Amino acid sequence: MDCIIIDDEKMARVVLKTLCNEIDSLHLVEEFPSAIQAMKFLNETKVDLIFLDIHMPDFNGLDFIRSLKSPPKIILTTSDPQFAIEAFEYDFIVDYLLKPITAARFQKAIQKAEKFELASAEPSPVVPTKTPVSKDIDNDFYINIDRRLIKIDLPSIYLVEAKGDYIKIKTEEKEYTVHSTLKKIEEKLPDALFLKVHRSYIINLKKIIDIEDNSVLIKRDVIPVSRSKRPELMKRLDLL
Amino acid sequence: MQETPNLNYVNQLARGDEAIKNELITVIKTEFPEEKEDYYKSVKEQEFKKIEENVHRLKHKISILGLEKSYKIANEFEHNLREHSLKKQQDFEKILIAITNYIETI
Repeated sequence: MDCIIIDDEKMARVVLKTLCNEIDSLHLVEEFPSAIQAMKFLNETKVDLIFLDIHMPDFNGLDFIRSLKSPPKIILTTSDPQFAIEAFEYDFIVDYLLKPITAARFQKAIQKAEKFELASAEPSPVVPTKTPVSKDIDNDFYINIDRRLIKIDLPSIYLVEAKGDYIKIKTEEKEYTVHSTLKKIEEKLPDALFLKVHRSYIINLKKIIDIEDNSVLIKRDVIPVSRSKRPELMKRLDLL
Repeated sequence: MQETPNLNYVNQLARGDEAIKNELITVIKTEFPEEKEDYYKSVKEQEFKKIEENVHRLKHKISILGLEKSYKIANEFEHNLREHSLKKQQDFEKILIAITNYIETI
């Protein structure tokens, strides 16, 4: 199998290179410190397997996966299994290796890769295989925090805030920081209850205390409302 | 009792091949001081996202040097940074000092 390594950390690349050299069936073609460099390479060269680090600055492993038009088999390498869970929604992910990677665990992953058949040889768009979540108001969903799946009751959420690669979900009881995007959680939240009022904020309309000019007060949080979102917000309120 | 950095993982990986062992040690000795410098710079600038990224990178070195308890501390610190908290910073920096002293001996 022709393979490449993508990891921003040299130590991780050297470890993987050492492990690859131990296995006759593996041919390490190239290694890359960034996913963007690898993308350029993959436009011209086909490989069978990618060892991909998930947690990289700027363009991370998940961004890379989403950008692939015709993905080969991928083995994720990570220090945080929670980041691997999202990636497992894709059917070309063979396995994930927790750093520091041992020779025994590496061999097991390669055996899996050798047996692993890609679902289709035809190029297919990269879409998660996960079943869409119904957007009923009574729904709830689970978030992954430190290997624990925590159930969140949708109506109890009063605010979701984007924070770089993370989102902060504020509920009546607690706050949770999750590695995800505002767009993803927006898809799970019922339209009847929630509205994105700013590029960084989704609010629960039932929890608004007051509205003043271009901001809303929810609990103790004052949230900005984009000019473009204000008409929609006003339309959704039950004005006297 | 504080745990001590060691080369058990490096030795397992190298399987007696001195060239591989030396390459791994050279990378540790080169990359660790750079990552440590980046970490302190981000702490000085109070940029939580950058501090978190630097802690994440250093975590791998901590695990490679066999520091299991320290790795847990680094994990906790990384998690706290996501909440914009510097709790466990001092414990984490003690680990950096221990590794700095150790890599001078290898």
